[in-house]
Amino acid sequence: MVYGKWFAMKLIRLCTLLLALSIVSFCLISLSPIDPVQAYIGADAMRVSPEQRQEIAAYWGLDDPPVMRYLHWASAILRGDMGTSMLYRTPVADVIGERFLHSAALMAVAWLASGVIGLALGIVAAAHKGRWPDRLITWYCYTIASTPAFWIGLVLLVVFAVWLGWFPVGLAVPAGVLAAEVTLLDRIHHLILPALTLAMVSIAPIALHTREKLLAVLSSDHVLYARARGEKGYALIMRHGLRNILLPAITLQFTSFSELFGGAVLTEQVFSYPGLGQATVAAGLGGDVPLLMGIVLCSALFVFTGNLIADALYKLVDPRMRKGGDG
Amino acid sequence: MRRSIPPGADRSRNRPLNLRRSTLLIIAGTALMLLAILIIGLLIDEQSLVTQPQLRNQAPSPSHWFGTDWLGRDMFARTMKGLLLSIRVGLFGAVASTLLALTFGLLAATGGKRVDRFISWLIDLFLSVPHLVTLIMIAYISGGGLRGIVIGIALTHWPSLARVLRAEAMQIRQAEYVRISERFGKSRFWIARHHVLPHLLPQLMVGFLLLFPHAILHEAAITFLGLGLSPHQPAIGIILNESMRYLSTGMWWLAIFPGISLIIVVRLFGMLGERLGMLLDPRRAHE
Repeated sequence: MVYGKWFAMKLIRLCTLLLALSIVSFCLISLSPIDPVQAYIGADAMRVSPEQRQEIAAYWGLDDPPVMRYLHWASAILRGDMGTSMLYRTPVADVIGERFLHSAALMAVAWLASGVIGLALGIVAAAHKGRWPDRLITWYCYTIASTPAFWIGLVLLVVFAVWLGWFPVGLAVPAGVLAAEVTLLDRIHHLILPALTLAMVSIAPIALHTREKLLAVLSSDHVLYARARGEKGYALIMRHGLRNILLPAITLQFTSFSELFGGAVLTEQVFSYPGLGQATVAAGLGGDVPLLMGIVLCSALFVFTGNLIADALYKLVDPRMRKGGDG
Repeated sequence: MRRSIPPGADRSRNRPLNLRRSTLLIIAGTALMLLAILIIGLLIDEQSLVTQPQLRNQAPSPSHWFGTDWLGRDMFARTMKGLLLSIRVGLFGAVASTLLALTFGLLAATGGKRVDRFISWLIDLFLSVPHLVTLIMIAYISGGGLRGIVIGIALTHWPSLARVLRAEAMQIRQAEYVRISERFGKSRFWIARHHVLPHLLPQLMVGFLLLFPHAILHEAAITFLGLGLSPHQPAIGIILNESMRYLSTGMWWLAIFPGISLIIVVRLFGMLGERLGMLLDPRRAHE
């Protein structure tokens, strides 16, 4: 019963968050100096008469006062209609849905890989504190943290796609092949480089976090006692350290959805990977307001889900939180 | 025969640098590098950025350290100009962001429960959307240009620092001397200004130094995506974006050198911030 109430509170929080977010971003976009009609017409501006402009404005409902427009838009969203993308000429929900599948594949692979490898690297670094494996791993983490994700993508592209020719230069499927003939192998082949890029970037925070936590655990009294009893090496870490650091590490991995999404935007741009991130950039460049708003709300939902899972994990897994009741 | 060298001198020479000394070295190194970029960036006039079609697509050589691009422009000159621009934008963004964080942090800690609630809610709101999505939206809303990038960076980076400052200010507010000051009838503003702010300054400086590399990276990211600056401005992100089209023809130097230069700058500032943070934290100062 406690869980039900907790979950209800979280749901209410999500609703207020999305409401506030939609109002704030809607206000900001209405304040923008960019004329949406102009952005929509683009290069054809010379050939469009003022009457046609009026018609376009009326068609998109741009003549109404902002409050009316907001209510109109918000009530449509509540009915599941997020509007029509100006760039893709299809419903926003369809664009986001289709592209999110591509992005989700990319992010899931990178997320899992970075979690496992990052945890392992963190453990190795902590086990050899101050010696060369530790120095190497911390050096890598700090350097990667000051490297733009897209640059790593570019380097991988040059090395593996251009010089070695092992992987395709971009896109999610081979060019010039019918959609029905694209095999799973093709998709995986196209996924490897972007996923590798994203994973390389995401390893740094989890490895550093694991290292720090494990070092703290290793300097505690119960580990000292275990050492006194003659335990040592990785067996000691597995038995007395891993349990203590696993939950915070998994939680951190779930709360990193925000950075993961940001990394995916950049990675997709480098590899022309048709995911949600690329759509975000296209919407920003092309002034596709309905799509941009939809993506803002969906990415917020995505980040919120990650945080929710992290919180729930703490509640479910950690016996202290379970018994305490209030967390 | 007596040795004239006192024993202490020898030991001090062989001792590894302690945190304080290596931090000073890094500060000196960063300052030198900044100065070099500034001087080179200012010395390079439009002359060396002009297109020289006869020098197209040249690999790195002694006369063109970073090679030339498809229009014959010297990549070293462009990279330096780009770094200068990135540092400038990063500086503006980070300063504005730090000031925002300080204002909100102080307000939350001294303005009463309702203000605190509101600011915490605001922080959550800003952290609920991925940074890059917010940046893209703000860049779109402001209609492009440097201003949009600076506003975007300022608006996306303050929440985490504001959280730290708020927690710190809350702690100071509970201190006895602040309570006594309250009983003396000092106003909230007076307390915030004279009792809380001075204690926040070290945190503020470290926070700024850690924010700055992030700001530069986000500037590079947003210009890379093509939002904000016009294509002929030599920002690092734009240089890397343009290089994408020529990578498949084997012109690797277009992407590698500008990227490495950016990493070195960002890493130096990151190291500086970390070390100053360690020095100012009494628990970690002797590591």
